[in-house]
Amino acid sequence: MADEQRVVPEPAKAAFWRRPAVRSLFFQMLLIAGIVFFGYTIFQNTLHNMQQRGISTGFGFLNSEAGFGILMTLIPFDETYTYGRTFLVGLLNTLLVASLGIIFATIIGFIMGVSRLSRNWIISRLATVYIEVFRNIPLLLQIMFWYFAVLRPLPGPRQSMIFNDTLFLNNRGLYMPSPIYEQGFWLVVVALLVAIAAAVLVARWAHQRQEATGQPFHTVYAAIGLVLGLPLLTFLMMGSPLSWDMPVLQRFNMGGGMVVIPELAALLVALSIYTGTFIAEAVRSGILAVSHGQTEAAHALGLRPGPTLRLVIIPQALRVIIPQLTSQYLNLTKNSSLATAIGYPDLVAVFAGTTLNQTGQAVEVIAMTMAVYLAISLSISLFMNWYNKRIQLVER
Amino acid sequence: MSVHTPHPDMPPPILNVGVLGWLRSNLFSSPLHAALSLFAIYLLYLTVPPIISWAFLEATWVGDSREACAGGEGACWVFVKVRINQFMYGFYPESQYWRINLAFGLLIVLAIPLFIKQFQHKGKLAIFILVVYPIITFQLFSGGNFGLTHVETSRWGGLSLTLILAGVGIVASLPLGIVLALGRRSKMPIVKSVCVVFIEFWRGVPLITVLFMSSVMLPLFLPEGTNFDKLLRAMIGIALFQSAYMAEVVRGGLAAIPKGQYEAAEALGLSYWKSMGLIILPQALKLVIPGIVNTFIALFKDTTLVLIIGLFDLLAIIQQAFADPDWLGYSIEGYVFAASIFWVFCFSMSRYSMALEKKLHTGHTR
Repeated sequence: MADEQRVVPEPAKAAFWRRPAVRSLFFQMLLIAGIVFFGYTIFQNTLHNMQQRGISTGFGFLNSEAGFGILMTLIPFDETYTYGRTFLVGLLNTLLVASLGIIFATIIGFIMGVSRLSRNWIISRLATVYIEVFRNIPLLLQIMFWYFAVLRPLPGPRQSMIFNDTLFLNNRGLYMPSPIYEQGFWLVVVALLVAIAAAVLVARWAHQRQEATGQPFHTVYAAIGLVLGLPLLTFLMMGSPLSWDMPVLQRFNMGGGMVVIPELAALLVALSIYTGTFIAEAVRSGILAVSHGQTEAAHALGLRPGPTLRLVIIPQALRVIIPQLTSQYLNLTKNSSLATAIGYPDLVAVFAGTTLNQTGQAVEVIAMTMAVYLAISLSISLFMNWYNKRIQLVER
Repeated sequence: MSVHTPHPDMPPPILNVGVLGWLRSNLFSSPLHAALSLFAIYLLYLTVPPIISWAFLEATWVGDSREACAGGEGACWVFVKVRINQFMYGFYPESQYWRINLAFGLLIVLAIPLFIKQFQHKGKLAIFILVVYPIITFQLFSGGNFGLTHVETSRWGGLSLTLILAGVGIVASLPLGIVLALGRRSKMPIVKSVCVVFIEFWRGVPLITVLFMSSVMLPLFLPEGTNFDKLLRAMIGIALFQSAYMAEVVRGGLAAIPKGQYEAAEALGLSYWKSMGLIILPQALKLVIPGIVNTFIALFKDTTLVLIIGLFDLLAIIQQAFADPDWLGYSIEGYVFAASIFWVFCFSMSRYSMALEKKLHTGHTR
């Protein structure tokens, strides 16, 4: 029984420098030292270089007069406004093109994604061709094509292409009627808000009733009726307080109405078509990701094709689609910076372009521009994390 | 006893088989689908014949000046033909074109064995292509040694510049991306947070601002007097930008490897780098090959952005050709030419990635 008494030797202690904790501390210290050294060198070099070139530092330049005009502004702007204002103008223009692009790209993408899965051979082939063609051509090329090859060579105002006497398309842009709100129009807006609130309440009530009694309710029709009907009724009761300012052809140019400048139009068309292909692929992959057994199970339960799609397939497909969709929205917003190439005055073109060239404050201007995009993308990723957590499958 | 003889089978209804059956089930299965199909056919009738007649039937192919296209209704491909050398080689001296041809020919010859199944030394060859080949290509392009005349980078351009930018981006961003992805999954908090910040920063900003930064801010960061080549600055910008995207793709692969693999590697007593290099990464990278190829496609399309900082890639050199007073008004031909080149590259890459996906996917498909 001597064996059982065997002395178990103490495990050999690893040498000091072989311990994982020590090593990890050492490497992290090394990394920090490297980064600090790197940052310090860059900081010193930049300060030195800027002094050499006589560039002042700080954000004081934002308050000085800009002295240049901008092609399209959503807020009042002329040469006497400040550089700070150019930042705002550019930011608003970026947000405008991004939000319009998101709307159009989503519409195109959903239609094309569903079409590609259609049982109709020719429709699905057309959607495939659209996706494969436009996805594989660089966006910048598409933007320049629409601008330099399609919209710029259009005839001048006198030879405008006229649709229905209300839309004028020429090389200065697309002219269309602009609404003039007359007294009492605010009531229509109020009615619209009330209708939306009511629709939400109805949906909640219908959901509760169905949970309790199983009786379904035509929420969609009720909501459409409310949201369209109530404002329309108010509008008619107030005596149609809205008129249109029609564009008219004047001696040399167009007058009246509102105009979509060709730079904006080209950018919008290219962004929507390009991003639409990626959204279509996201939609397709989302629908395909729902296993066929789900459809069969729904049919076996006696659901008709419509409710199957609405209650079984789409909610599960959205789980796959929405993360991809948000990342495409983010891409579209970042890609809108290609506006620089055709002169649409977005944030990069106005602020990181003209303002930077005039002031020479490269560090501050680029930092501010990047901060804007970073803020947008970080808030979208925060939303995504929240959303992913919310819809995560609860597995047993 | 009468024997029951079954009737011969009736032929299927004529509307359910053959061309008619196909038409009925694929185009006219319901009134809605019938209307959609007819609308689509009408749309095709409106668009396809004019495009074909513009691009091929009525197009002008021969000649060497603008006069050849006078009066032609269709496309004027002479414009592209006359400038094809510039579109391919940029402002590279004409007597030295053979150097570019040699470089790309060498790549094709080297790459062919990678696609042959029986070839044994794929790994070694790939490393040769990734490490030695770029040096040879740089020597060929830039010259200055071995009796080759020096050609400045400002004279590089056209499709060859596009391919170089894409190639450098691919070669540089993949290893950098792998390191970043490993860092992001590291257990060391500082390494992890540095990698997270780095990745999220580059993914959060548009490439254009990165290129702007590399062209206006990089000179400020460096010690006075260091002069950086414009092309090199763009390459650094593109490589850093794409490496962040690559890192996220690789991270997806790392996350998909079961924990048992990590533990098994540790149990075998392998060091961190050995267990990653021999066990985890080979599996993870294989999983995400399609994602990597997709990143390459995005990178290839993104190279066109160097136009904005004044480099003459394929798109920029075509754009510049429109300004030639002899050839005003042929921009559509130029854009179509550029688009088809980009399309061929991107489409074949995406097909290749799909084929790989199919090859590597061994699960159930429906």
